[in-house]
Amino acid sequence: MSFDRIKEKLSILADAAKYDVSCASSGGKRANTNKGLGNNTGMGICHSYTEDGRCVSLLKILMTNHCIYDCAYCVTRRSNDIKRAAFKIQEVVDLTINFYRRNYIEGLFLSSGIFKNADYTMERLIRVAKKLRLEENFNGYIHLKSIPGTSDELMREAGLYADRLSVNIEIPTISGLKLLAPEKKHEDFIKPMNKVSTEITKYQSERKIIRSTPRYAPAGQSTQMIIGATGESDWDIIRSATYYYKKFNMRRVYYSGYVPVLSDARLPSLGSQVPMLRENRLYQTDWLLRFYGFSVQEIVNSQHQNLDLDIDPKLSWALRNLEHFPIDINTADKRMLARVPGIGMTSVSKIIQARKFRRLNWSHLKAIGIALNRTQYFIVCDSKDFYTKEYSPETLKQKILKNSSTKYKKYFDGQLSLFS
Amino acid sequence: MNPTTNLQYDGSFDGFLSCVFAVYEQKISAPVIQKEFQNTADFFATTETIFTNEQRAKRVWKAFCKKTTSKEQKDVFKVFLSEIKGVENTILRYIQYTFKNDSSKGIDFGNKDILKISQVARMVDREKHRMEAFVRFQLTTDQIYVSTVEPDFNVLPLIINHFKDRYADQKWLIFDMKRKYGIFYDLISVDTVTFEHKEEHILKKISDNYDDKESEFQQLWDTYYKNVNIKSRKNTKLHLQHLPKRYWKYLTEKKPQ
Ligand code: SF4
Repeated sequence: MSFDRIKEKLSILADAAKYDVSCASSGGKRANTNKGLGNNTGMGICHSYTEDGRCVSLLKILMTNHCIYDCAYCVTRRSNDIKRAAFKIQEVVDLTINFYRRNYIEGLFLSSGIFKNADYTMERLIRVAKKLRLEENFNGYIHLKSIPGTSDELMREAGLYADRLSVNIEIPTISGLKLLAPEKKHEDFIKPMNKVSTEITKYQSERKIIRSTPRYAPAGQSTQMIIGATGESDWDIIRSATYYYKKFNMRRVYYSGYVPVLSDARLPSLGSQVPMLRENRLYQTDWLLRFYGFSVQEIVNSQHQNLDLDIDPKLSWALRNLEHFPIDINTADKRMLARVPGIGMTSVSKIIQARKFRRLNWSHLKAIGIALNRTQYFIVCDSKDFYTKEYSPETLKQKILKNSSTKYKKYFDGQLSLFS
Repeated sequence: MNPTTNLQYDGSFDGFLSCVFAVYEQKISAPVIQKEFQNTADFFATTETIFTNEQRAKRVWKAFCKKTTSKEQKDVFKVFLSEIKGVENTILRYIQYTFKNDSSKGIDFGNKDILKISQVARMVDREKHRMEAFVRFQLTTDQIYVSTVEPDFNVLPLIINHFKDRYADQKWLIFDMKRKYGIFYDLISVDTVTFEHKEEHILKKISDNYDDKESEFQQLWDTYYKNVNIKSRKNTKLHLQHLPKRYWKYLTEKKPQ
């Protein structure tokens, strides 16, 4: 292969793929069999980090950036005047193997613009994965993008070689999709998701009876939504995400703050800020819903449609529900402990463990590592000093923001790295 | 006051365990375990050289294993590999503590040696994970994938299994430039290797003997790395936090050109 040509293709097709935020290579263990190449320990390793601090763990590229569609939010859209390129199947295989052997990556994340039609495109993605697995004996991670509209037969085959499959829904609402991608149908997105979710369920039940049932997409499926391209409220976005989690057994719903790449009257203008803070607040909400026992209604609802940007969603909820506080650290149940601003799930279990031996006071809590400057307003413990004063939600918010601004910044950065 | 007894050993883990054996056998009341080349400033101390004895080392380790979980055992080994000055004595006190106490009571984090062991083990563990991520292999003409590293702690023994499982079908060598030894996999097993040469010489030897395609793939990787960056999201602080500068010189994509 001509090196210069490959290099050019790589720069075009990596650049076009980078707005897909999912980089997870965790989940779905795969052992190295018969002294082949690679394994997947289920842990996921970040081999490098971009200058924006995101993890680089996979070779994330498009098969091609030729596309018959014209979705407004996408750099690859038909009407955009950019250089086009396409990889040959063997070229992607060679790149993956050679990068993997040098310990640059955990595996491949292959997506594509749609050329000819969905099945034609999907088939080529599958051929790459199949070649890697069968010819190269490759056991590293493979994530394939499911092309909207792909037939069930191909989606079934894809899951035999890929660890993860994903369809990016991109626009959180059907009306938004109509506006920005008028040629695409909502059903086309749903079709492959549906197939993958049925196959996973089927695999799980069949495996119980026949151990040798071929594995199907062991790392499950995920999707991504672009944030801030259309006028959706956070309420719209979260309801939509919840729907995908439930309906299709999604492992993850990713949010990607819209990066203006094109000028289009329907979209935020070039040069507008990437809504990174909003993206982060949505991830925090996602966490609260999946691990902290909150319901959507509690975080966003018809009265409170958007997440606050200046404070995190849990604190925001607490300020709207001050009547639940203060709670007693020494008696409160797990569910309530998890609802206290500043107390994370790790701290919850530490508290529960530690209070078996003694009643906890402020210094115990500090030793456990709890950020008291925020927590102190919401709890009582084995001590006589409390914040007895009744603050209004607004005063309390200002107080917390004021005395925790630096700490808060760190918290925020920490969260970003957690999710990026 | 008891005069201290300096026990000097060769720096190996077995050597260290042989010292522990000597402490019990000779009922030494104020032992200080140190590596041979570490000089002592204490003129009143008696110094004794302890020879590494595999049999004795095994006996100590077996007894220790009986009273501990496998995580605790791994932690001790990790702490040993930290090479922090004087850490042998923390481990010794910890081992003495476990021999004396009933292990069923669980871990008492009020004990400062125990606390220290768990803290240092975590630091070493983090370095292990970094090496699993930051090793960059370069293919040489004799078809060996070679990598040079300079980890903060002596973690090569901890990463052998990871690399052996993952790269079972290629020969590879990971060389620690600071400690001047490497681990080499020859498609069957992993062995420790050392070279006589100076480090510049080793580096030069590798780059003189690149496989034809090696520099091309390095450039391709560099191209890839540059193109996945999203400029409008730049966050240098976060970048440095994940990828501290001291690792850059061995990272293909971060090497100054
Ligand atoms: S179909 Fe996919 S690649 Fe093509 S323009 Fe739409 S989003 Fe972009």
